[in-house]
Amino acid sequence: MNLSFSDLGNDLYTGKRSVPVVASRRRFYLGSVALFLIAVLGLATQGLNLGLEFRGGSEFRVATSAAPQDYEQTAREAVGAADNTQGVNVTLVGNDTVRVQTERLSDSDSQKVRGDLAQAFDVPERDVSATFIGPSWGASVSQQALRALVIFLVAVVVMLSIYFRNWKMAAAALFALAHDLVITVGIYALVGFEVSPATMIGFLTVLGYSLYDTVVVFDKVRENTQEAFANGRMTYADAANLAVNQTMVRSINTTVIGLLPITAVLVVGSVFLGPGVLVDLSLVLFVGILVGAYSSIFIATPFLVTLRRNDDAVVELGKRAERHRSKVERERAARPVVGDDGAPVPVGAGAPAEREEGSTLTGRAVHQYARSGPRNQPKRPPKSKR
Amino acid sequence: MAATAPRTVARRALIALTVLTVALGGLLAGTIVWGTGQATPKLGLDLKGGTQIILEPQTNAGRPSAEQLNQARNIIVQRVDANGVSGAEVTTQGSENIVVSIPEIPTQAVRDAISKSSQMQFRPVLAVANGAPQPTASPSPSGSGAPSGSPSPRPSASGSAQPSGSASATASPAPSATSTSNGVLNRVLTAESPSPSGSASPSASPSGSASPSPSPSASGGEGVTPTDATDLAWITPQIQRQFEQLDCSQPNALDNLRDDPAKPLVTCDDTGTAKFVLGPVVVSGDKISDASAGYQTNQQGTVTSTVEIALSFNSEGSRQYADISRKMVTLPSPQNQLAATLDSRVIVAPQFNEAIPNGRASITGNFTLESARALADQLKFGALPLSFVEQSSVDISPTLGSEQLRYGFIAGLVGLLLVVVYSLFQYRALGFVTIASIVVAGLLTYLTITVLGWAQNFRLDMAGVTGLIVAIGFTADSFIVYFERVRDELRDGRSLASAVETGWKRAKRTVLIADAVNFLAAIVLYVLASSSVRGFAFTLGLTTLIDVLIVFWFTHPLLTVLSRRPFFRDGHPLSGLDPSRLGAKTTRYVGRGRFETTPPASARQPEGSRA
Repeated sequence: MNLSFSDLGNDLYTGKRSVPVVASRRRFYLGSVALFLIAVLGLATQGLNLGLEFRGGSEFRVATSAAPQDYEQTAREAVGAADNTQGVNVTLVGNDTVRVQTERLSDSDSQKVRGDLAQAFDVPERDVSATFIGPSWGASVSQQALRALVIFLVAVVVMLSIYFRNWKMAAAALFALAHDLVITVGIYALVGFEVSPATMIGFLTVLGYSLYDTVVVFDKVRENTQEAFANGRMTYADAANLAVNQTMVRSINTTVIGLLPITAVLVVGSVFLGPGVLVDLSLVLFVGILVGAYSSIFIATPFLVTLRRNDDAVVELGKRAERHRSKVERERAARPVVGDDGAPVPVGAGAPAEREEGSTLTGRAVHQYARSGPRNQPKRPPKSKR
Repeated sequence: MAATAPRTVARRALIALTVLTVALGGLLAGTIVWGTGQATPKLGLDLKGGTQIILEPQTNAGRPSAEQLNQARNIIVQRVDANGVSGAEVTTQGSENIVVSIPEIPTQAVRDAISKSSQMQFRPVLAVANGAPQPTASPSPSGSGAPSGSPSPRPSASGSAQPSGSASATASPAPSATSTSNGVLNRVLTAESPSPSGSASPSASPSGSASPSPSPSASGGEGVTPTDATDLAWITPQIQRQFEQLDCSQPNALDNLRDDPAKPLVTCDDTGTAKFVLGPVVVSGDKISDASAGYQTNQQGTVTSTVEIALSFNSEGSRQYADISRKMVTLPSPQNQLAATLDSRVIVAPQFNEAIPNGRASITGNFTLESARALADQLKFGALPLSFVEQSSVDISPTLGSEQLRYGFIAGLVGLLLVVVYSLFQYRALGFVTIASIVVAGLLTYLTITVLGWAQNFRLDMAGVTGLIVAIGFTADSFIVYFERVRDELRDGRSLASAVETGWKRAKRTVLIADAVNFLAAIVLYVLASSSVRGFAFTLGLTTLIDVLIVFWFTHPLLTVLSRRPFFRDGHPLSGLDPSRLGAKTTRYVGRGRFETTPPASARQPEGSRA
């Protein structure tokens, strides 16, 4: 399998095998639009499942040595006896931690509930942690996050525009970013994962990751298209497509390696710890990195091609590439006419050549006179053909 | 660099990295042996257990300014210290919140004390004594001794405009008044027309004042309703007892203090060297319109060397202030002193030298410019009473915290193991380069975080741990980008040594720009987001930097050196850099204008590209 994987890598690199990412971009766009609509629909109908931090309230965690079977009843009684609170939510976190969420309690009540819970579960009071979150806390966190996001985006656009010397690349990267964000949020709404401030951090990191991933692909696109602009042998779309294919193996490897530790955290966290910073963060990263890997391959580059398709330079390159292609085709068409014995014939040669080494490696014809002399040095093939 | 052989550069880089690591390790060892360092990173509250309270200060006018926020932080620091909480940290967060982190779970009383609202008040002084309880008030000896050591400045209120005369006068009363009182007391308030004599006179009287004042009240106070704020009848026997028992040298002396503006208050000054009985509030601090510190100018308009605090009130405050100053200037000391209290503690108690009709007072005494500024800030702060809204309060039991850390650690190890397995599978022997790089990066990160914990008090919290785990992926990616580039070059038929150099040149750019994006994200998050996000952003940024360092100083040099070893150079099938498996077109010039191309998929030929 490994061999086939590296074979795939080789074929993708040389262009022998190629995923027509750019050519069939409409299909990917359609898929993304569909995902987008589902996400927006989910957001509109289901809404996000906001955590305690956004609603405001009190939370207690009792670290027991082993949670009793009737933990829920025990907890409810403890809380009910302490304070007649409605809307008490009791969950078992991991194997031995009982989480009790209540409406907002005053400080003294909260201390009392803490004591009662400790008594009910027969643990020292220090094993009960109490959390109180004001209703405006989550709002202020998300406000900060939103501000951070806007500033980050502006900074990134500036940085990428300078680096790639092309604002359209930055725009395409941002588009992929927005795509990831909406779909990740949509998945959250649809599945109903709880959104906590840690999730907000995760969202922001996903943005960073998505950009990171896109930038790596774009760097290859930049390299290939620069070459194409220089020698005029490929259209912009083809060069971009080749870049995507050449970085595909790397994208897969990166995604797998990035996901491995996150998966470990997610599994360990959700099995042993339950909801918390660890799980919230790793979950959003898991979803986000998957979506980010998808978008950096299938959305960002095609979108860049779409954006640039009417650029003068790109149109011009298209024409040059077309000329080059027809020329190559003409050469290829001319060849079999002459040498049935398989020997390619230089175009410039007046008479059919008998010699096998009548052309260079690249298929460029070598004049007969040039072939004969002992001083005929091999032509170094152009960089793109090496 | 071009002039130096890649191999030499590589060796130098490896040596540099070793030096850096050893230096960091040495620094850490040094802090442990000679300093207060520890061998493990400092842990945040959520891993160690403790309480974090996030407070949002609010003023009547809305959001406090950055300056006010800083003041508010200072107030909270004082409160935390006063409550005897050890190891607490108070930080401002963003532009609006104050985070109090306490490594234990505090009692309710402490919580209340920390988050109560803060207000400045002006109350007339009824009685003064030395901070420690002294059954019989014999003012002369102790009183004078103690105070001089502590805050030297003593204010006097004078008319703001031309206090020069008073200034000198002011200075003189201070020493004389010393007999009674402590630093906070012997300051003079003077009004517009500076009358040195006026200021001098009180100085003569005060000596006895401290102790005697309580006693008259005790006798006369029974059953008599106090007529105004300065009436000694406020001192009931109960207050008298309270006053006598109060020991300002105890940190929790004022824990059960109830501050009712309409009632007298028994309290200490902010250094705990003097205690007071104060009358009801006569002017509240929000009537202050401005307070500033500077050198006094005399009638001729020349700047003198006396430091003063110029205090001004708004119109209502001016009227109240004029009333009270007129009344109090006639009273004997200490009853002619007006105490300013912040958080119920007396910060300054100057005596009136004259009535101040226009609401512009000048406090003089032997201030240094610095102390005057600090006091002026406090006074100005009084103009904006702050209340603190508890945004969130999180208690983490130590058990839960250590459990989180343990599982986070396990998760990290499992994740690392998976990465190791996968990279060995994908890159064969090259995978070991990845693993070595990650191990070195991990070592550097550990050292940096531990040293930062000692130097900058950086604490690793849960979000930070998550950031570290996530960073494994990001760090590994740099190597992947690099290795894939090297493989690309190999596919183009280069020799390994040149593939490593060319691939590096290209991969370098990609790694740099990708890490720059990551770093930018970390910085923006760190600067703009709230505390829990900060730990994450910090570790993310740190690991990004370390990643760049490792790729440049470790991975690439190591690969350069390794690419000279026969195992890698000749493309052993297990090296992960086997040209034939990578489908390299090994094209050779075989002379006479002919080329020989080995087809990619064909079996490897021994003479290959490196005949």
